[in-house]
Amino acid sequence: MAVSRRQFTNLLLGGGLLGWLGSALYPIVSFLRPPKIPEANVQSVKAGLASEFSANSSEILKFGRQPVILIRTESGDFRALAATCTHLDCIVQYRSDLKQIWCACHNGLYDLKGRNISGPPPRPLDQFAVNIVNDEILVSKIA
Amino acid sequence: MGRRRNMAKRTYSWLDERFHISPLIEFMRHKYVPVHRHTVWYYMGGVALFLFIVQVVTGILLVLYYQPDEESAFESVRFITTKVSFGWLIRSVHSWSANLMVFFVFVHMFSTFFTRAFRKPRELTWMSGFVLMALALGFGFTGYLLPWNELAFFATKVGTDITGALPFIGEPVKILLRGGPDVTGATLSRFYAIHIALLPAIFAAILFLHLLFVQRQGMHEPDYLQRLPKEKKKLIPFFPNFLLRDTLLWLMVLNIVLFLAVFFPWELGEKADPFAPAPEGIAPEWYFMFMFQTLKLIPGHVLFVEGEVLGILFFTLVGIAWMFVPLWDLKQRPERRPRPMTVIGVAGIVYIIIFTIWGYMA
Ligand code: HEM
Ligand code: FES
Repeated sequence: MAVSRRQFTNLLLGGGLLGWLGSALYPIVSFLRPPKIPEANVQSVKAGLASEFSANSSEILKFGRQPVILIRTESGDFRALAATCTHLDCIVQYRSDLKQIWCACHNGLYDLKGRNISGPPPRPLDQFAVNIVNDEILVSKIA
Repeated sequence: MGRRRNMAKRTYSWLDERFHISPLIEFMRHKYVPVHRHTVWYYMGGVALFLFIVQVVTGILLVLYYQPDEESAFESVRFITTKVSFGWLIRSVHSWSANLMVFFVFVHMFSTFFTRAFRKPRELTWMSGFVLMALALGFGFTGYLLPWNELAFFATKVGTDITGALPFIGEPVKILLRGGPDVTGATLSRFYAIHIALLPAIFAAILFLHLLFVQRQGMHEPDYLQRLPKEKKKLIPFFPNFLLRDTLLWLMVLNIVLFLAVFFPWELGEKADPFAPAPEGIAPEWYFMFMFQTLKLIPGHVLFVEGEVLGILFFTLVGIAWMFVPLWDLKQRPERRPRPMTVIGVAGIVYIIIFTIWGYMA
């Protein structure tokens, strides 16, 4: 099939325009993607003295960039769970009146094992391990 | 006669000689605004325009002191409201006028819908108006986070996390919006840039087109008026008559904004703490409430689709349909009542109102 002079020029111009657009857009789009900031690989954090942590209360720990909720149950056991609600990213709290974990954003409830028991949360909260070494609370990732 | 009069005339002809202004003035003087029982609605777009100008002026002032940084954003807004002369007023006006602007954009949009002003030849006026409405919502969503208070922080977490539910593109879009996997100072920087640079630029360009279309085509007249002969219509020139009435209304609106800003100063709330539980009462701004409430009602899973995905899909489709109303407009023989488009519009408004109220009561 013969290509006329005009078709050829149009092809060249069109192709050139596309190439130009691509080479302008590619760096812009890449620029918009935030670079990954290397996360300090936190394996465990200290959370104070067990003897000073009252029963039926809680605290939010900084586990690297991740919030973790440490709870001491009425019976004195420690529980640590990811504090980020599995529904839409809010931070949960321990309700000493309900003895359950509650998310204020859309009324989600979890039990003390982190299982989603009512409201919109679709998944349980991740568990963390709690060890007491010489009265010091140590919260660590479960491998 | 008077020297001053002469000066003005001379300046005018100096400019006219170089830039040919007379055709522009002629053009505006030739546009006539019909006066009839629905004329009030012609003013709503103008009110929205005025409030946008208020936003630009107060926004530029706020930029002088505001610091878009996780550590200092909240403090800088507090500084504006407590230390800067009239800072409390400027901030309060910016917040009130933002809400009123969204409100009047909605009023304007629905009034052009019900008067069927979107029909040929004004399809593109409607569509550009739709884009302006979406941009106004974008202004509100990004501006809400800027004071970096608790409520806005969690509302933004929720709002951006919802997009993450979308299949395939959800996660990348969420990271693009947040500037990372979480809502952090990086999100604040992005929202700030979108709020004060990206949106104003796009908004101004589209607004220019929108107004150009309106000036070119003149005001839409209701059906019954269109059938009247020209001598029977009451018309006033756009320039200067209608513009003067516009200005009078703008003055009244400005007074309302000032009244609200002075007697109901906008709250600042508590500084956001990314390591504190979400407080009760997390809510988006009122104009997102009906969508938010709808999402809450959809169960977690419908068949095998996530509830949120279904909700977003629903609103995206409704939004697209709304934008392209002029293309699928259901025309009817005029004697048939109620008219289907009116039913659709009323249903939309009733839905928005009920779900908004419900959202606040729940
Ligand atoms: C050129 C135009 C604009 C500029 C330069 C601007 C700038 C700013 C700045 C610096 C802030 C942070 C200070 C503060 O929070 O008080 C802010 C907040 C805000 N802006 Fe704008 N803005 C503009 C237009 C708009 C428009 C058109 C809207 C809405 C339709 C809007 C809605 C908001 C809202 C809701 C806030 C939060 C107010 C608060 O809680 O303090 N802005 N804007
Ligand atoms: S974010 Fe926790 S229930 Fe919705």
